[in-house]
Amino acid sequence: MTVHVQAEVRPRSFRRLGLPAFGLIALAALFLAAAGAISIGEVAIPPAEILKVLGNRLFGMDLAVDPIREGIVWHYRLSRAAMAASAGAALAICGTVLQALLRNPLAEPYLLGISAGASTGAVLVMVLGIGAGTVTLPGGAFLGAGLAFAFVAFLAHGSGGGTERVILAGIAGSQLFNAATSFIVTTSANAEQTRGIMFWLLGSLGGARWADTALALPVLAVGLAVCLFRARALDAFAFGEDAAASIGIDVSRVRTELFAVTALLTAAIISLVGAVGFVGLVVPHATRFLVGPAHGRLLPASALAGGVFMVAADVLSRIVVPGQVLPIGVVTALFGAPAFAFILWRSRRGA
Amino acid sequence: MTLHACDIAWEAGGQPIVRGVTLRVPEGRLLGLVGPNGSGKSSLLRLLAGLRRGSDGAVLLDHRPMSAVPRREVARRLAFVEQQVSTEVVLTAREVVALGRTPHRGAWEAWSEADHAAVSAALARTGMADRADQLWSTLSGGERQRIQIARALAQEPRELLLDEPTNHLDIRHQLDLLKLLQSLDTSCIAALHDLNHAVAFCDEIAVVKDGTLVIQGRPADVMTVDLIRSVFEVAATVREDPENGRVRLDFLPD
Repeated sequence: MTVHVQAEVRPRSFRRLGLPAFGLIALAALFLAAAGAISIGEVAIPPAEILKVLGNRLFGMDLAVDPIREGIVWHYRLSRAAMAASAGAALAICGTVLQALLRNPLAEPYLLGISAGASTGAVLVMVLGIGAGTVTLPGGAFLGAGLAFAFVAFLAHGSGGGTERVILAGIAGSQLFNAATSFIVTTSANAEQTRGIMFWLLGSLGGARWADTALALPVLAVGLAVCLFRARALDAFAFGEDAAASIGIDVSRVRTELFAVTALLTAAIISLVGAVGFVGLVVPHATRFLVGPAHGRLLPASALAGGVFMVAADVLSRIVVPGQVLPIGVVTALFGAPAFAFILWRSRRGA
Repeated sequence: MTLHACDIAWEAGGQPIVRGVTLRVPEGRLLGLVGPNGSGKSSLLRLLAGLRRGSDGAVLLDHRPMSAVPRREVARRLAFVEQQVSTEVVLTAREVVALGRTPHRGAWEAWSEADHAAVSAALARTGMADRADQLWSTLSGGERQRIQIARALAQEPRELLLDEPTNHLDIRHQLDLLKLLQSLDTSCIAALHDLNHAVAFCDEIAVVKDGTLVIQGRPADVMTVDLIRSVFEVAATVREDPENGRVRLDFLPD
């Protein structure tokens, strides 16, 4: 019997994880992270008790649970975990879309200053006290995000375009809008509002209730649907705008549409949990590595992974320093900054 | 006559780049676009591909102004290969070629047997079938060029526009590529630098200088000593091969 030794010159075979496999793993991770997020806290609640609460609330069962503990699980911790998952999913979608459209591995709402713009808009509405908070706060955030988008686009274009200019313009934008936020808060806000500055600059899930999730989820669903509808167009941007146009993409229309969706998603999330950075940067890259670059799979996978990442980050923010809750943005930045450095390092080598 | 430039003009930053070019693309033939550097060849190709909108005149696709035809409809019949493209996306050669099926597929439409056949045929046509599963980033410059041409063929176009497609190719691959373009039933327009390649392979040649079309016609009629001197500013001799009627150019140092 002869043994055929085949010299494989091909670098490595591209076995990418299928979406069902990835989805199962990510869902399992999400449940695990959520279980952790709900049971950990000043009042520790064992998983069995969480299941009882869920049984009572979702299926109308009548299991014996202490009502105060049930309230903690349902009104505080579960809503908080749901908000964290929605926020993570939305920010990961934004990062995925922006990285494809701008052809820049570092593109994401936070680094492009869109989060900062949304913060400024939300703070302005809050301090000036326009209308009822739940409607106008996200509205102000959306206007701020749109303004930041316009500012960054204008600056990047005016400085000669190019994918790396976008990031430089984003840095200028986020500095400007963060300064504006601090300025508004320190000069015009009352003591209560001033304490909130940390919220807008670093993010917090502390105030998350079901009403917030009820706003975030529909926006997330619509955003994901629009992006999925444009998944093939996003794939077509791999070789740039002219290449996309020459394979039939209406570039300016797709770009406008998806920038608007990104601004909307960012604004909705920022108005609810403040400016949380780096989720949109880290998650799409890690997911792309696992499921490949095709957006039809990458977008839902990123959304799931973003949810897991944020819930896990929330758990970490509550257990790293005993008795104290770190701003969620601090935790995501602790992971995000090294990831940023890694991506920067790798893209330099590849160039 | 299906693709037609009608007195098309285009300017960039107030500078006229293409000044009123009228050009017909011979059906099913290979048209060579030649001219010195900066003569507006690339810009003219982009105008013909509908990637730029002219400031004056029109590009007509089946007698309809290109600007009135939806992008997707254009891409189903006209393909464009840029001079050099790059990506940071980790794609295999086959995935790059598959991008050419984009205009043929709806947003939710699954990958079809026809898509698969078009991609495989395009890979075979360009001699890249055995490299299909290799990563784009590991291909040589010439292989990348051939994959881009395969992507364009996967669009199953009736017109194929190429911006200096023989750049980065060694001589054998240059000749292979020109033979491939010659053999296609598709109407091809290729911007070319090597005048001898242009006269040897093209059915027609269009000479461009300073954004205007100097002349368009059969290579033997167009490529005269006087034209080469006035357009390219070099002295040359032109010999006709009695066997195939093709001309050969020799450039003389002055």
